[in-house]
Amino acid sequence: MARERKIRVMVAKPGLDGHDRGARIIARAYRDAGFEVVYTGLHQTPEEIVEAAIQEDVDMIGLSSLAGAHRYLFPRVVELLREKGADDIVVCGGGIIPDEDIPKLKEAGIKEVFTPGSSLEEIVDWVKENVKPRER
Amino acid sequence: MDDIAERVVAGDVRAVARLIRDIDDGMPEVREVLKRLYPHTGHAYVVGITGAPGVGKSTLVDQMVAHLRKEGKTVGVLAVDPTSPFSGGAILGDRVRMQRHSMDSGVFIRSMATRGHFGGLTQSTRSAIDVLDAMGKDYILVETVGVGQDEVDVVKSAHTTVIVVIPGMGDDIQAIKAGILEAGDIFVINKAEREGADKTLADLRLMLDMDQKKYEGGKWRPPILKTEAVFDKGVVELLDEIEKHRKYLEQACGTLVPRRRKEKVREELYDMVKNRLIEEVLTKLTETGEFDRAVDEVVEGKIDPYSACDNLVLPKIKPFLE
Repeated sequence: MARERKIRVMVAKPGLDGHDRGARIIARAYRDAGFEVVYTGLHQTPEEIVEAAIQEDVDMIGLSSLAGAHRYLFPRVVELLREKGADDIVVCGGGIIPDEDIPKLKEAGIKEVFTPGSSLEEIVDWVKENVKPRER
Repeated sequence: MDDIAERVVAGDVRAVARLIRDIDDGMPEVREVLKRLYPHTGHAYVVGITGAPGVGKSTLVDQMVAHLRKEGKTVGVLAVDPTSPFSGGAILGDRVRMQRHSMDSGVFIRSMATRGHFGGLTQSTRSAIDVLDAMGKDYILVETVGVGQDEVDVVKSAHTTVIVVIPGMGDDIQAIKAGILEAGDIFVINKAEREGADKTLADLRLMLDMDQKKYEGGKWRPPILKTEAVFDKGVVELLDEIEKHRKYLEQACGTLVPRRRKEKVREELYDMVKNRLIEEVLTKLTETGEFDRAVDEVVEGKIDPYSACDNLVLPKIKPFLE
């Protein structure tokens, strides 16, 4: 037993879009940064994502969406976390997301949104700066 | 602390999830909670499922969960995946195959990484099993890739150990880590629709035949089953065999809960003492900087590593030397 808090994150794909190449690449980048990454696969409902995140005790959920339903799905995840008293879990998102949607998502509680221009380094560094493994 | 133990026993998912995290992260406070949980354990039946990557363990576990739920049993799943020795990170992907159970409150699924510190996996998985047991789960399925001594020890702490292979592994079965084959109570040839299933079956049977003496006098001889987990074929039969093995253990051990048999207790306590000693001594040595100084001295040729080790360890274990 080494007393070491490790960052645990979840990479999830809500909704019906079937493109998970991006999510997988992000999962690998997180792993290479030393995080434990729970990957849940495609076609997840916000309810399933939140339940899995609680069971896995992750510090952050990274949501990926390429199909345009992010305006409902991302805020719904934040809302459910709040309902479950688990809103200490940070939520960020990424994918094909129009610029004009980003402020609305942030207002709904998505901490950061990454779009196709974002570098892996930037995405990983953001976690290091903004997600701390919980103290207690 | 008291509160956490109570919440776990009451089945509070968040409390369970957080406690397993604390166990994994090696937080010393968990010991007190585990002490309080222990009287609530001994109810769950623990099944270890092991096999090489890609043989379909997660899919098999997913189907087993589905059938156990139909029978009204509650299930805990611990899915262990390897930590990258290079980055210390891990991708835990077993949930992908099991997500359909995530909304079922009768199922608790947890992914764990091997992390790779001395005996840490065995210790933390055993503790996690105790937590899920105290939570009230009827069955606990522990899934690991069967490589490395730690993982062998993990499956050995199950009541029933299922070893999963696929057709075509043939003679390679012999190459499965020695020590894990002997730990198998049930063998499963998954993806049995593929060519070579019968050959693999014959190979396994031959292997067991060579040990025939071991099974004389009513001892359990591991059955070999064919499954096609993706198509849900053979899974009910597998659960039947697990049930038979359970009955066999109960008969062989009388009223004792098999996991708490003397040999298991001896093994677990031995590991626990060993890990605790390592943890206490090594943590101190690294915290005080003594360990790093000794490394430097050996590198600089001031001292040989054997003497350095003596100097580090002996003062810490004085009472044992008298």
